[in-house]
Amino acid sequence: MALLELADVEASYGPIKALHGVSAYVDKGSIVALLGANGAGKTTTLRAISGAVKTTGRITFDGRDITNNRPAEVTRLGIGHVPEGRGTLAQLTVSENLRMGAYIRSDRNGVKQDLDRVMGYFPWIKDRRNQVAALLSGGEQQMLAIARALMLRPKVLLLDEPSLGLAPIVVREIFRIVEAINREQNLTVFIVEQNASLALQVAQRAYVMEVGRIVLEGPSEQLARDESVRKSYLGY
Amino acid sequence: MELAAVSFGQSLAQQVVSGIASGAVYASLALALVLIYRAMDVANFAQGEMAMFATFVAYTLITQFHLSFFAAFALTVVIAFAGGFAIERVMIRPFEGSSVLTLVIVTLGLFSIINGLAGLIWGYVFKTFSGPFSTNSIQFSGVYLGIQDLGVIAVTLVVLSLVFALFRFTKLGLAMRAAALYPESSRLLGVRTSRMLALGWGLSASVGAVSGMMIAPIVYLDPNMMQSVLLFAFAAAVLGGIESPLGAVVGGVMVGVLLALVGTYIPGGQNLRTPFALLVIVAVLLFRPAGLFGRIEAKRV
Repeated sequence: MALLELADVEASYGPIKALHGVSAYVDKGSIVALLGANGAGKTTTLRAISGAVKTTGRITFDGRDITNNRPAEVTRLGIGHVPEGRGTLAQLTVSENLRMGAYIRSDRNGVKQDLDRVMGYFPWIKDRRNQVAALLSGGEQQMLAIARALMLRPKVLLLDEPSLGLAPIVVREIFRIVEAINREQNLTVFIVEQNASLALQVAQRAYVMEVGRIVLEGPSEQLARDESVRKSYLGY
Repeated sequence: MELAAVSFGQSLAQQVVSGIASGAVYASLALALVLIYRAMDVANFAQGEMAMFATFVAYTLITQFHLSFFAAFALTVVIAFAGGFAIERVMIRPFEGSSVLTLVIVTLGLFSIINGLAGLIWGYVFKTFSGPFSTNSIQFSGVYLGIQDLGVIAVTLVVLSLVFALFRFTKLGLAMRAAALYPESSRLLGVRTSRMLALGWGLSASVGAVSGMMIAPIVYLDPNMMQSVLLFAFAAAVLGGIESPLGAVVGGVMVGVLLALVGTYIPGGQNLRTPFALLVIVAVLLFRPAGLFGRIEAKRV
C-alpha cells in the first residue's frame, strides 16, 4: 500500500500555476524518484506535501489526509523534508543542527541511539560536531541535512535535489548512503533530482515531470530505456 | 563624603563604574530589542514603553499590594512575559509576513497606546520608585562606589546570564534561535515558529522590564521615563551588532561608560548625552554597519 499519495494536486505561486494536477504514490520501503528539468515543479511537489505551499487536490500520508497541513504538523507526523539548498542552520554547530533534527522527540534514549546510527553513516560528523555548520563544505552540508532529517526518525524522507552544486564523486557517495539507509532501515525515500541517471540507479520507480505535470511514470529500468528520457535527461 | 581629596584617577574610576551600571540598564533593553530584531527584522519602538509599563506594574505591586521589591520584581518579570506574549498574539500576529515598514508602524502604534494607557492609569506626575539598594557608597581604595550601581550591575548580570543559559543550554532556547534565524528550515523540523515568535516577545518584554525596574530608582517614574533609555539602547544594539545578543550587552556597557564620561568631563556634557548616542549610531552605521559583533553572512554552495 502507498505510504504517501498525491491525487490531482495543484499549486500556485500568486497568479502562476506551478502544479497542474499531479498524481503520484510512494510505496512503503521503496525509493521513488521525481525527475525533470529546472522549473518543472519538482520542488513545488515536495513543498505541497510539506504544506509549505497552498494546494488543491488530496495528499494522503499513512492513511491520513494531510492536504494543506502546516509544515510543522506534517513533520510531526513523520515526514522528514531535506529542502532545496539543504536548509542548513548555518550559524549553529553541527551538533546543534542534529539536536534540532530531533526537536520533536522526547525519547532521550532513542535519540541517543539514532545519533549513533547516523554517525555510523556519516562518520566524519563525530570529529566536527562542535564546528559551526557554515564552515562545512557543500557536500558535508548536504550530508548533515540528511543526517538531521534522520534524527527525526521519519517514516518517509523527502530529498530535494541532493546533487545540487556538488562534485560527481560526492554525489555518488551521498546516493550510496541513501540507498544503504533505505535498505538497512527500510526507510521510504521520495527523491527529486535533475541527475536522472543516478536517481534511476537507486530508485525502483520514477516519475518524469514537465511544466507542472507528470508526463511519464514507471519502473526505473523501463524509464532508463525510454528514448525520450534518454535524450532529454540522460544525454545519450 | 569628602570631596576635596578625589584624584583624577579615582574620579575616573567612579565614573566608569557608574557608567557600567547605566550601561547594564541599556544592555538589558538593547538585548530586548535584539531578541525581537533577530526574530522578525524589526526594531520594536515600543520596547521602552513596554518596560515602562512593567515598571509601573512593579510600582503598583510594591505600593498597593505591599510586596517586597524582589517579590514584585519576580512577579513583574512573569507579568511582562505574559504581556509580551499577548501583544505578539493580538497585535503582531495579524501582520505576520507583512513588510518591515508595516510592522514598524505597528510598533509605533503600540508605543502610543502603551504610553497613553500608562498616563491614563498612573498619571503624568513623577513618582519616586525606591529600589532595593542603599544609595550610600562604599569606599574601595579611595574610590567611592555607589551600592546602587553595584546592585544594578549584579542584578543585570544574573538576568543576562539566565537568558544566555536559556539560549545556550536548553532545547527551547536552541529552537528559539533556530526559528529566529531559519524559520523555513525550522518549520520543516517541526518547530512551531509562530509560537516561538510569541515566546520571543514574552522573553524580550521580561528582559526589558528588568531594565525599567533598574533605572526607575535612579530617574523618576513617569510614562516618558524610558524614551531616552530606548535611544541609548538603540545605540548599544547598533554598536554591538543589531543581531548579536552578546553585542547588545557589550554595546550597552560601552555606551553607558561613554555617556558617563561625556557627562562628567565635557562642559555641559549632561545635555550632550542624547546627541552623543545619536553620533554613535551614525558613526557605526557609516563605518561598521555590522557593529562590533555582527557577522557578515558567509555562504558556501
